Amino acid sequence: MTDAPETFEFDAEGRKRAEAEIAKYPEGAQRSAVMPLLDIAQRQCGGWLPMPAIEYVSEYLEMPAIRVLEVASFYTMYNLKPIGKHFVQVCTNLPCWLNGSDNIMKACQDKLGVRSGETTEDGEFTLLEVECLGACVNAPMMQINDDYYEDLDSGGTAAILDELRAGKTPKTGSQLARFTCEPLGELTSLTHQEDLRAQKTAGKVNS
Amino acid sequence: MPKLTIDGNEVEVDAGLTVLQACEQIGIEIPRFCYHERLSIAGNCRMCLVALERAPKPVASCAMPVGEGMVIHTNTPEVHKMRKGVMEFLLINHPLDCPICDQGGECDLQDQAMGYGLDHSRYKENKRAVEDKEMGPLIETVMTRCIHCTRCVRFTTEIAGITDMGMLGRGEHAEITSYLEKAVDSELSGNVIDLCPVGALTSKPYAFVARPWELKKTETVDVMDAVGSNIRVDARGSEVMRVLPRLNEDVNEEWISDKTRFACDGLRRQRLDRPYIRENGKLVPASWDDAFALIESKVDGLDGSKIAAIAGDQADSEAMVSLKALMINLGSANIDCRQDGSQIDPSTRAAYIFNSEIAGIEQADALLIVGSNPRLEAAIINARIRKRFMAGKFPIGVIGEAADLRYDYEHLGTCPADLKAVLDAKSAFGKILKDATRPMIIIGQGALAREDGAAIQALTHQIAEAYGVVDTNKGWNGYNVLHTAASRVAGLDIGFVPGEGGLATHDIVAAAGNGDVEVVYLLGADEIDTQALGNAFVVYQGHHGDNGAHRADVILPGAAYTEKNATWVNTEGRVQLGRLAAFPPGDAREDWTIIRALSDVLGKSIPCNDLRGVRSMLVNANTNFMNIDIAVDAKWGSFGVAGDVTDAPFTSPIDNFYMTDPISRASETMAKCTETFLEAQEKATGTHG
Repeated sequence: MTDAPETFEFDAEGRKRAEAEIAKYPEGAQRSAVMPLLDIAQRQCGGWLPMPAIEYVSEYLEMPAIRVLEVASFYTMYNLKPIGKHFVQVCTNLPCWLNGSDNIMKACQDKLGVRSGETTEDGEFTLLEVECLGACVNAPMMQINDDYYEDLDSGGTAAILDELRAGKTPKTGSQLARFTCEPLGELTSLTHQEDLRAQKTAGKVNS
Repeated sequence: MPKLTIDGNEVEVDAGLTVLQACEQIGIEIPRFCYHERLSIAGNCRMCLVALERAPKPVASCAMPVGEGMVIHTNTPEVHKMRKGVMEFLLINHPLDCPICDQGGECDLQDQAMGYGLDHSRYKENKRAVEDKEMGPLIETVMTRCIHCTRCVRFTTEIAGITDMGMLGRGEHAEITSYLEKAVDSELSGNVIDLCPVGALTSKPYAFVARPWELKKTETVDVMDAVGSNIRVDARGSEVMRVLPRLNEDVNEEWISDKTRFACDGLRRQRLDRPYIRENGKLVPASWDDAFALIESKVDGLDGSKIAAIAGDQADSEAMVSLKALMINLGSANIDCRQDGSQIDPSTRAAYIFNSEIAGIEQADALLIVGSNPRLEAAIINARIRKRFMAGKFPIGVIGEAADLRYDYEHLGTCPADLKAVLDAKSAFGKILKDATRPMIIIGQGALAREDGAAIQALTHQIAEAYGVVDTNKGWNGYNVLHTAASRVAGLDIGFVPGEGGLATHDIVAAAGNGDVEVVYLLGADEIDTQALGNAFVVYQGHHGDNGAHRADVILPGAAYTEKNATWVNTEGRVQLGRLAAFPPGDAREDWTIIRALSDVLGKSIPCNDLRGVRSMLVNANTNFMNIDIAVDAKWGSFGVAGDVTDAPFTSPIDNFYMTDPISRASETMAKCTETFLEAQEKATGTHG
């Protein structure tokens, strides 16, 4: 966990990315870039937005701080409080819930010893119950930092958390023998495009 | 113009109107919370739902523009059911605390719940509670009551021009707050109390003080500045409980400044409720007869040139015209209503009024502000300027202090020399004024109340002539003098200025100091250097124990603006009637009656016996006093005295908006505002160590 800094300023990389975002909008509409800039700031701050960062973004875009704070507080993907090194977000919306997201949530709670919205004492994990993350096809799922872990069960979830605590990199995506979001087992349709899988694996086509 | 059918009536309305406005035009009232005609459209309360034929679902009438052939229903059982549904949602989290809510009895939600509310609640879940926010000494918050209409956010952002307020969070967790819970720093902040349709934002000084139905409402005018805002004074017995705005599109629209609204608690403190006489250096209570007798003994046999009178910033017209008559009867020409020493030319009316009128600001297309900070001197006029600025294409130049006026402007300099530079053919801003169809100049007292005021007035006259600020063919006169004193235009209209050979304010004070003037009559004049009056015998007539009363040898207790039927003339030259809302305390009397009674004692009776009589004296002094509520165009002429100007920069006569007159100086609320908004700033800049 990061303590609240006294001041905030984009680093060289952040500034470069911020300028690129602002350049997407016409002159005078630079405040349209507020959301990507907040994301850049959040990444630089270790996953959350301290007040100096919000004020910095407001000055950067020449807009009132309250307007930036409104955006930052409206969207759930901005964190206004510090989070752990691993930000575990478990989807509990309908498809995941039907597929047992309650078990996933329970596994996380048992493993980490915290409830939703809390951070472990060592600052390693923050657990949060979230709304749909758009991976219903492989429900249930959770997101940890920028990675999705899909087709989960209790044991697998605990194993992923263990690996993360041990500093290892668990397998992302589906935890079953499933290629991205294709059916388990043989393809039932679009079989003539079987070679797409090979191309994707080779990185020739965006997955 | 689109034709549409509303409840079976075919109507034709202007394109661009909303369905709600079209309904209002034919007299159908649509319930609403978030919609307000002076604010942008938010469309988030959903109370204004109507049925639109061929539309798949009900439409929010406040946000739906009218279209050709629309068929609208506003009064069917379906519409009623929709609104009931909306009302049920609005009430989900609204506490049932009307009995302890200050908004009770004048609450939009309460009223509309009578029409659309269910008589029971089907909501069994937990209600949410929201922590109250700190918004400064004026606004009390009970945020659990908030229904998130965002009127306050839109008002502060759009009209007041501050970006302090906003709505954080979303859905169930949405909360209105000021940024970091700072006090809302605007001279207009009190208006959010009127705008709030529920009891979330209420008046802090008025908290738990009175219920609306037990107050006597009196429609009158404000005298805290020279705008003449139309107000309603609510009194219980002899106590003024609160001041609210009254609608007047030409003057204050529906806003009033915080001083107008909140200084009324000053009416209860430091009051002069009986005559006083100074005996052995101490003021002791006396009777009216003793006070008058003492004045008579000092004035009797004294040459008129040794008597002088100064009228203060809140003197009413009736009192001034009476005092002028008395002074003429006493043979004195030493009278002045310009206690700030303003060099304004009283001979031409166009030289001292806000010629374009306040509403005229909206027609202007370029503005030069000279020696004024309208935000502090006339917050309501500043809001009009901002309104025009927000409409776009309105270049503003300022010569004077580079203060935050809540809109962008070009700072052209601070001194008279910079004013001269505008006259230069090469001046960029001069060209802007020249190219404008309706250019406007606003001249503040900071430019006129100085030694070279007459020369500066001549300069502004030159600019007005050179750049077509006055165009009689178009009927446009953009030459505007912004006064700070409510009494000033009336005083100038009456001619409460030195007669032939008479002394002006500064000379009166100096002459009193060296003994040339032996009796000084202060009609509510507190803003002069009262300690410099030397050994002169000072009569103070007024309502508050302020500077003037401290120096006085005789105090005659008068009435404050809420306690008399009096005439006021605002900076536009608009004559407005103030009405008695509560009687003056103790032995205090309406001001003109005091002067009338004194004139008898002195054997110099003035010719009036009742209010009608004194008002006919006003009309005799100036026929403008016949035109109640109207600002009459003044004939353009030549004025000012060309001469040398100094290098001294223009400064606004007001540095503390919250304390400018005896009433606001006695007000506890205004003292708290001073502490919150001014002293906190000084601390922040390090002047307090």
